[in-house]
Amino acid sequence: MSCNSTLKLFGVAALLSICIVLTGCGTSKKQLLATSKSQLQLRSIQTRAFDTTDREKTLRTIIATMQDLGFVIDNANYTLGSVSGTKLDNFQLRMSVTVRPRGETQLLVRAGMQFNVSQVDDPEPYQQFFTALGRAMFLEAQQVD
Amino acid sequence: MPKLWQVIVLIFFSGVILFGCAQKIPKEALQLTPESLKLRQLQTRRFDSKDENALLSAGAGVLQDLGFTLDESETELGVIVASKDRSAVEAGQVIGSIFFALLTGVALPVDEKQKLRASLVTRPGAMDKETTLVRVTFQRIVWNTQGKVSKTEPLDEPEFYQEFFARLSKAVFLNAHEL
Repeated sequence: MSCNSTLKLFGVAALLSICIVLTGCGTSKKQLLATSKSQLQLRSIQTRAFDTTDREKTLRTIIATMQDLGFVIDNANYTLGSVSGTKLDNFQLRMSVTVRPRGETQLLVRAGMQFNVSQVDDPEPYQQFFTALGRAMFLEAQQVD
Repeated sequence: MPKLWQVIVLIFFSGVILFGCAQKIPKEALQLTPESLKLRQLQTRRFDSKDENALLSAGAGVLQDLGFTLDESETELGVIVASKDRSAVEAGQVIGSIFFALLTGVALPVDEKQKLRASLVTRPGAMDKETTLVRVTFQRIVWNTQGKVSKTEPLDEPEFYQEFFARLSKAVFLNAHEL
């Protein structure tokens, strides 16, 4: 092999490694505590308040809505007020929803989604979920500041 | 013979595609469609009983009969989650892979194993209190011989649901009414 072509080969290999580093996600361990948007912004996208204190009905309606949207339920816990599910459709969409009281008359519903290997921080999917949930609850999903 | 800069550009773009972080959720992923309503009817039956726990434990029994193991359960919300791991080898795919290997010398990966998941949810019938609705949903993940996920899909074939509810209604000695 001539010196010239060996040099070219090295050049290509070096460029390939640079490309991988540049286009990758950085140190993958840092993903553990990483958030993509400001915590406050994300919380407001993911949370709605409903004018009800019926925890059981709310949790059951969340389960039914998730099923309507094509999720298979992974687990649910009444005491904790949580429901998780997975939708598979050439992608993997995981969602977990929690319910907790807000004052004397309301419940706060918070949803979190993961699409394949990334967090969903686009407001639209959350909006769609809360619209469907509100319709099933016969209640309006209220934005929380 | 491609020039060096052409090779570099090609590598860079394949790098972007392979290692890029941006993966967007499809717009229709959380949208209710007329199809969702049809699926709900397919996956749900109404039973003339208000004994949710009896239906849940019968459901657990049917799932066990079908070889599922129970992963999660929450009686207060009427939820049972079960799964089973099975072979996903399909003769046609294997033969196709062998022919491809004979022609090209490259062995194509074929589907090897799958995880089948089921969740069964009960809820009191909305109209009157003497009925309970049972909805069951199935999905699966398939891995190929390279250990990579090759399919993630819902299992929406009507016959799966018909058979499941036939077994469930036999187990509880009650008719399963369509919605």
